Amino acid sequence: MMELIMNVPMMLVLTVGAYLLGVWVRKKSGLALLHPFIISIPVIISVLKVMDIPCSFYMESNAMIDFLLGPCVVSLGLVLYDNREVILKNLAGIASSVVVGSIVGVASVFLLCRLFGLSDMFLLSLEPKSVTTPIAMDVSEVIGGNPSLTAVSVVLCGFVGAVLGPLVIKISGVRSSVAKGLGMGCASHGLGTARAIEMGAVEGAVSGLSIALMGLVTAVVVPLFNHLFI
Amino acid sequence: MEVLTGFFIIMAHLAVGNLISGLTGNFLPGSVTGMVLLFISLLTGLVKDRQIRKVAGFLTDNMTIFFLPAFMGIMDLWGMIRLDLWAWLSVVVLTTILVLLAAAYTQEGIERMTSFLKRRKR
Repeated sequence: MMELIMNVPMMLVLTVGAYLLGVWVRKKSGLALLHPFIISIPVIISVLKVMDIPCSFYMESNAMIDFLLGPCVVSLGLVLYDNREVILKNLAGIASSVVVGSIVGVASVFLLCRLFGLSDMFLLSLEPKSVTTPIAMDVSEVIGGNPSLTAVSVVLCGFVGAVLGPLVIKISGVRSSVAKGLGMGCASHGLGTARAIEMGAVEGAVSGLSIALMGLVTAVVVPLFNHLFI
Repeated sequence: MEVLTGFFIIMAHLAVGNLISGLTGNFLPGSVTGMVLLFISLLTGLVKDRQIRKVAGFLTDNMTIFFLPAFMGIMDLWGMIRLDLWAWLSVVVLTTILVLLAAAYTQEGIERMTSFLKRRKR
């Protein structure tokens, strides 16, 4: 009887269904901050718990969807291409801001993890956390972190930036639109960008392209940093 | 045809990205190398953006669904995270704000400096 429910198509239906439900709820509510994630995750967890399906079985069955993370990252190349004019016009500023943001991110994670006495697993999983989830998980895997812990931290980091970002920017006294977009995109990837779009067109575009740039730079900075300091 | 062509191009860039990353000791994840390669292919005109827009758009617009399965791995980790919950939350919140300020101030500083230099020239 159990194999009628515990099979690959059923698990795929659960993932896609939970995602579509999340997208639908966000659309109906009109709240940009109500990420599909907030709906999808509890739905999947409750279904697995109620049906008594092991989490490992669910993850194995969804290998097909998981695999598409790679092509998803490659596709960000098109986002870079679409924004090539903004990038070229502000090349020096954007490049230095992304590099500084990335280094500050990795170094502050290192110092705070040591300060709070967190294990190396936390440290390695948190280092790539300001980057969009698929890239962060790949980096985490390469440096020996835990990709699941990285994924959760990335999403949390996205919400922190999306909720507190506009307030932090206001207090900081930053006025340039490009600078605001860079801050939001570098710190909080897609979730930050959703909020940056509300600030203005330039903020949104710059934030969107910093997702790909920050991913690239962090993928270089993290292993270098670990090589030098750990 | 459009979907299949787009799928082929993106998968080919991922495959070559993986190959290059593998040969260079996996310093960069293959997917990130693939992203850079795709950007270069688009800039040089080797690939036309309309050939991949449909598939690439589908992938980047629905990014969330692709990490739902991996995210569930957190259920097995929960016992361990719970012990360090507050430290973990503090690190994430503080470092996120630091990154935001660092990136924004760098750009703001560079903009102010260039406009100051321009004014002095005049």
